[in-house]
Amino acid sequence: MTLVVNRLRRKFYLDSVELMRLSAQLAADEHIDDAVLMVATENNKRVMADAGLLTDEGRSGSTADLVIAVRAADERAAQAALAAVDRSLDEAALGVEASDRNSAGSLGAALHTLPDANLALVSTPGEFAAREAHRALARGLNVMLFSDNVSLDDEISLKQAARQQGLLMMGPDCGTALIGGRPLAFCNAVPRGDVGVVAASGTGLQEVISLLARNGSGVSHALGAGGRDLLDAVGGMTTQSALSLLAEDPQTQRLLLVSKPPERRTAARIYAHLAGLGKPAVVCTLGLDTVSLPPPLKAARTLQQAVEVCLGIEMATTAPPRASLAGKRNAIHGWFTGGTLCSEALLILHEAGIAATSNVSRGAGLPATAKSPHRLIDLGADEYTLGRAHPMIDPQVRNARLRESLNDASVGLILLDVVLGYGAHEDPAGALVEALDTVPEPQRPLIIASVCGTDADPQNRSLQVARLVQHGVAVAGTNTEAARWAAQIARGT
Amino acid sequence: MSARDLLERGPRVVNVGLAGFARDLERQGTPVIAVDWTPPLGSSDTLALVDRLRADAGACERLERANREALRRMLAGEPVLVDVVSAGEVIEGLDERVVLHAGPPIEWARMCGPMRGAVAGAIVLEGWAPDLVAAMVLAASGEIYFHPNHHFDAVGPMTGITTRSMPVMVVENRAFSNRAYCTLNEGLGKVMRFGGNDAGVLDRLRWLASTLAPMLSAALRDLGGLDLKGIIARGLSMGDEMHQRNVACTSLLLRELAPALARTCGDAALLEQVLAFIGGNDQFFLNAAMVMGKAVMDPVGGIADSSVITAMSRNGTQFGIRLSGTGDTWFVAPVEMPQGLYFPGYTQADANPDMGDSTIVETLGLGGFAMAAAPAVVGFVGAGDASQARRYTQRMYEITVGANPEWRIPALNFAGVPSAIDALAVVEKGIVPTINTGIAHREPGVGQVGAGIVNAPFACFEQGFHALARGLGL
Repeated sequence: MTLVVNRLRRKFYLDSVELMRLSAQLAADEHIDDAVLMVATENNKRVMADAGLLTDEGRSGSTADLVIAVRAADERAAQAALAAVDRSLDEAALGVEASDRNSAGSLGAALHTLPDANLALVSTPGEFAAREAHRALARGLNVMLFSDNVSLDDEISLKQAARQQGLLMMGPDCGTALIGGRPLAFCNAVPRGDVGVVAASGTGLQEVISLLARNGSGVSHALGAGGRDLLDAVGGMTTQSALSLLAEDPQTQRLLLVSKPPERRTAARIYAHLAGLGKPAVVCTLGLDTVSLPPPLKAARTLQQAVEVCLGIEMATTAPPRASLAGKRNAIHGWFTGGTLCSEALLILHEAGIAATSNVSRGAGLPATAKSPHRLIDLGADEYTLGRAHPMIDPQVRNARLRESLNDASVGLILLDVVLGYGAHEDPAGALVEALDTVPEPQRPLIIASVCGTDADPQNRSLQVARLVQHGVAVAGTNTEAARWAAQIARGT
Repeated sequence: MSARDLLERGPRVVNVGLAGFARDLERQGTPVIAVDWTPPLGSSDTLALVDRLRADAGACERLERANREALRRMLAGEPVLVDVVSAGEVIEGLDERVVLHAGPPIEWARMCGPMRGAVAGAIVLEGWAPDLVAAMVLAASGEIYFHPNHHFDAVGPMTGITTRSMPVMVVENRAFSNRAYCTLNEGLGKVMRFGGNDAGVLDRLRWLASTLAPMLSAALRDLGGLDLKGIIARGLSMGDEMHQRNVACTSLLLRELAPALARTCGDAALLEQVLAFIGGNDQFFLNAAMVMGKAVMDPVGGIADSSVITAMSRNGTQFGIRLSGTGDTWFVAPVEMPQGLYFPGYTQADANPDMGDSTIVETLGLGGFAMAAAPAVVGFVGAGDASQARRYTQRMYEITVGANPEWRIPALNFAGVPSAIDALAVVEKGIVPTINTGIAHREPGVGQVGAGIVNAPFACFEQGFHALARGLGL
């Protein structure tokens, strides 16, 4: 026994081809014997009657009405089919197509196409960034906020909103992250492993994950918190939740926290939290830290040492190149593209008794040095990047200053970092060499550089190092070592 | 998605900002979709107001409910073309010396060249002045009363000039029992809607009133009215978007009318004239689409708290919009210049800024909103390749409440046209409605010089949103 059911939709028009398409779609259902959607003209009603698909309901329709007719095994199947037709007639789809899947006009449309998205990577100009990040959090997305020039108030409100929803809020000013082996923004290609890293945001994180990779280890996840997360005003909200996530993560066996010295109250809280997570942890605070670490946390004074302690290894040391800073050429100029790398170098010189002026002194917890022939500058700082590209992307920012130092008769040593990875310039060593070659090698000051990255990076670290060495640059194994060389040469030891 | 999900499944990224990051992620095989981000157009005040609204769940709910009702009323409309009669007979208050014009209110002193030309022509047509010079003097004297078509249930293309002797199409929205009116399309070339006003233009207008109108009236009465929704539905699948391109709908209309015209007109020579006039003007249906739009959108007005746009219109000087929740108030901003293609011998320097009530078509979800249906107009309106036409329509879904299940676009996988423009979405996303438009010469009397695309000015939506937000108690 089969059953014929009609439904009339009054004053509803659809093109006949579209109706045939819907009819065929409906008839394809295994519980449906036959189905048709037709405008209720006299002619169509005759056709439907001949096919045994017309009931009194359909017969009552006029030319402006649509008849939906189904023959089904039972009432339930028929009603289900009619309901399905109603849905497809009522809900005219929004016209987003497969071919347009890579871009969208808004966050809402993006989530329409990628409904299981779980992270918004926000890199708009700072004045708009907090708003975009808030919108992403409101949609249940974790956020990596690359933008800088975001106010402290906005940062706090974003992090509070994220915490309420159990979301991760990386940044603002978070330039680097690596999640599940996937690099985000400025990041190096490193293998997966068992070390989970939490860092402020940038080159400190890049240096430690690259060193982990170059020493045979790998990274489970590397999460950025932003450079101000450990201020008491922010209270380490992101650092704390990132550490907890890594503690719960089965891939992660060891924890590594890299940061500037936290403010006192936050330091106590974060260290206590970290110590209670039950996984071996190393803390590397680049600065004059006054808060002592509770056991079993292990301390590291440099990025290199952080990796050494974490892996229980010691990297080979190389003697510095033979040079001296005697006579008139006695100044050290350091031009850095990475803020953390600059801070680390400044601290190492400071500990060796060499004071230098720097735009990162305060961040490293060092007193400002009023007068010194030596200077170390982070060219990625806001005052150099406002309205222009970061020196990791645009080498000309540094090259201009490098040329001045090369031609400065008082400069005996130039200290540089070269940062590789996704997001960075495609050939930073090549760009550097161009500036260096403007002055013949014998007339140059000594050039010491370190190269942050791996051979799996798009630029290939080995090739970049070779390029620098060919052009007379002394390349240290790590940024830590480069700074130590500078200190040893300056002290004549 | 929780933070734990991010670590367990790996990042699936929405990139908002630097495009290079999205490219890197794509190269590495990380799932990513890039938001085509541009700085928001709104002032910081406006953005703060949007944030306050978004944070107020009660207000959001009221607004969304009101907008759903607006969309429901739009979709429920049953526009039927019932008659063609002289404007003075059906439009109450369209008396002697009253001139209706396109767009929000404007006085003679601020009118652009083509609108002044059309006004002068209409004054001569009505016999209020003996010639065009005297007509200009009269128009400037304050003795002529200017009002927007929209205030009289009417719309008009380009200059939109409507006076009492001109025949108008009458569309009845049978679901809401309201009526709307629009003049008949005069054809291409030198015509009053583009500011033409010479003897030939006026003679054609007289022929429309004396010959075409009564014949159409008789045919429509014979048919008992003509359903317009069905014509639009078929026209969309035949490559019309009902603003720049009406060739399919004009043909469909003619096909419906022709038997009735033959039945009601005894004079074969006259019948030939009329059929040839309609068949020879690809844009004849535009005015029908417009008056249909007016008839459908008027009942959408007056829904408290609704941010849905019920009218968009330009007078050649200003662009004006109305929101459902703010009633009859116009929110105006200077009109923009269309970007497009020009007829031989003309350039952008000859162009008049954007003009006409025809944006009612976009208000309804057609025209620029249905560009994906009409790849043929893409070059004409300067939009580039056919796939770009699709993107124009797709972008409009960002700023509409929903889609129209009866008006579908085959090339968009039978998606319904984007319907019910939401001023809040416009303001929040900084995406403004795209409008397909003809371009008039800036001097009176020359006529159409090109066609193109123009944006609705953001400032109108910003003002409208502020007014609506006050009503929402923000």
